[in-house]
Amino acid sequence: MNLLILGANSDVAYAVAKTFAKHKKADIYLASRDMKLLEKKVRDLKTRYEIKAACFYFDAMDFESHLKFYQSLDPKPDGVVYAAGYMPDQEAAQKDFKEAKKIFEINFSGAAAILEIVADDFQKRGHGFIIGISSVAGERGRQSNYIYGASKAAFTAYLSGLRNRLFKKNIQVLTVLPGFINTKMTESMDLPGLLTAQPDEVAEYIYKAFRKNRDVLYTKWYWKWIMAVIKGIPEKIFKRMGL
Amino acid sequence: MKLTSWGRYPHIDTTGASFETTDQLAALLKKNGDLIAYGMGRSYGDSALNSRVVFSKRFNKIIDFNPEKGLLVCESGVSLEEIINIFMPRGWFLSTTPGTRLITVGGAIASDVHGKNHHTAGCFSESVESFEIMLPDGEILQCSREENPGIFHATCGGMGLTGIILTAAIKLQKVRSSYIRETVKRCQNLEEVFACFETYKTTTYSVAWINCLVSGSDVGRSVLMAGEHAETGSLEVKLKQPISVPFDFPGFCLNRYSTKLFNWLYYHSRPSFVENRLVSLDQFFYPLDSIGHWNRIYGKGGFTQYQLVLPKAASYDGLNVILKRIAKAGLGSFLAVLKLCGPQNDNDLSFPMEGYSLALDFKIERRLFPFLDELDQIVLDYGGRLYLTKDVRMPKHVFQKGYPGWEAFAELREKTGMKKKFNSLQSRRLGV
Repeated sequence: MNLLILGANSDVAYAVAKTFAKHKKADIYLASRDMKLLEKKVRDLKTRYEIKAACFYFDAMDFESHLKFYQSLDPKPDGVVYAAGYMPDQEAAQKDFKEAKKIFEINFSGAAAILEIVADDFQKRGHGFIIGISSVAGERGRQSNYIYGASKAAFTAYLSGLRNRLFKKNIQVLTVLPGFINTKMTESMDLPGLLTAQPDEVAEYIYKAFRKNRDVLYTKWYWKWIMAVIKGIPEKIFKRMGL
Repeated sequence: MKLTSWGRYPHIDTTGASFETTDQLAALLKKNGDLIAYGMGRSYGDSALNSRVVFSKRFNKIIDFNPEKGLLVCESGVSLEEIINIFMPRGWFLSTTPGTRLITVGGAIASDVHGKNHHTAGCFSESVESFEIMLPDGEILQCSREENPGIFHATCGGMGLTGIILTAAIKLQKVRSSYIRETVKRCQNLEEVFACFETYKTTTYSVAWINCLVSGSDVGRSVLMAGEHAETGSLEVKLKQPISVPFDFPGFCLNRYSTKLFNWLYYHSRPSFVENRLVSLDQFFYPLDSIGHWNRIYGKGGFTQYQLVLPKAASYDGLNVILKRIAKAGLGSFLAVLKLCGPQNDNDLSFPMEGYSLALDFKIERRLFPFLDELDQIVLDYGGRLYLTKDVRMPKHVFQKGYPGWEAFAELREKTGMKKKFNSLQSRRLGV
């Protein structure tokens, strides 16, 4: 199996690469912007799992480049993980639309741009799977994180539609909705220890969900119930809350 | 954020940042103020605690492995557990491992950890061919026994006080099986266990669990375990997923009666003598890793480990005195471990010396520290010292007397600006 990971410098992406290489002996394509760091990860994956690995320059916000990027891959991947994500401070994104735009472009527009190309290819080949790392933040907008949340809501909806479209071709689309994960993205936040998962743990759950041909994965599992409660709060009350 | 280490004493407020590249680390070092590297938080005391820390957990890439020589080059945040999982199936195992696999390579070097094979293989640094370290100004220095030997010997066992270890080249040992042939022997008293250690001197691994609550002629009652890598068998590793202690035990759970009972059960559940039985890797090396958060057993207030080593000639008399004092005080340690160490190495602050090492766990309580001060005196009188990796309270004079290399170490730190950049609560307490 050939697995392409987009936004491969995130901690979750690296954990997913390790998990697929370990369990599936998958060959890995890592794609992101920091090539020096990617090269280090390529060497790491090769030595750890005795698989093939390679890295490619990929800029989620440079939509025009996506087709050329995908065409350059040979052989084509059997699975694609979209793990690129950007989450600056909410206030920064409120004050500076450039920040907000970057959030939308990395978390959603960039995903749509490349995944359309991937979906076309998979549809033609009648083969493949897509894993999108979205977020529970997209389940309901909260004042503390709604710009990021909106981008993830769009991504979640997009993946849902893509799944609907590709179902007939037997192509799995897995939406991953993580809660808190202990990564560089959340390093400056004071996360509640009990509700925080480690990237390796999340990657194992993602792999299991892939194996079981699941559609939507909350990780860890309790986020499904936490979000059910949060979504169930009537808007009249929700708008008064300090979430 | 709040930060503590394995002993869960003390808890401090700290600011921490992780790094994944040397550029990121250099930027962190440029900021004002001192800091210390923090790996997996498995040292017991305050040696990795400071108001500012850098986390090495994301600096965890494997760089190269040479299957002819068994030479592994990796970043300092790689854990021993990862190394076992990756290389045991290919027939390679760590040359030296402590009683937990949940530490980083950087931590293993900084503590110059030792294991059950110290008498045959020495400390972790024996397996380190070279490493790269980042100095206070962000400069990256290659160190080995030939290249910058001063910094090499100060860093191995140097408790992270010489810089941030970046990458290391370590030699793994070739094994034919992931299993161990274990010999277990009950020993009635100290005399018997000392004799037993001598009997198994050429066996690669040996260690004894010792009951430090018995007194009189039974002082030193223990169970010795010796082992060799099995010659045949599978190379598979199935490291058990730990069962976690879910919450802090209330303080009263651990008292002289419960520890007595536990120690009695431990002794009597072991065979009086069994030779060459096959046990798995984690059973032999990492029995405690199978219980997640076992430190919670000591309750909310935390615990400390008091590990001492005495020169061989003084070991018998010294341990007799110490074990009697402990039994009398009734501050019984749940788990106590005895080990015959081999010769000491050339590192400035490495702990082991030729003689017996004793490690005792104590729950933190008011009367503990005055009692440990008394033990300190006995240890010094017999020419011994305490292990920095376990320490949270050693007074400066005990450190200086126990570690003659401290002066050269302190001088190097002063001269190279390390003292301004790399500090822990421990280094301040010890005045290095």
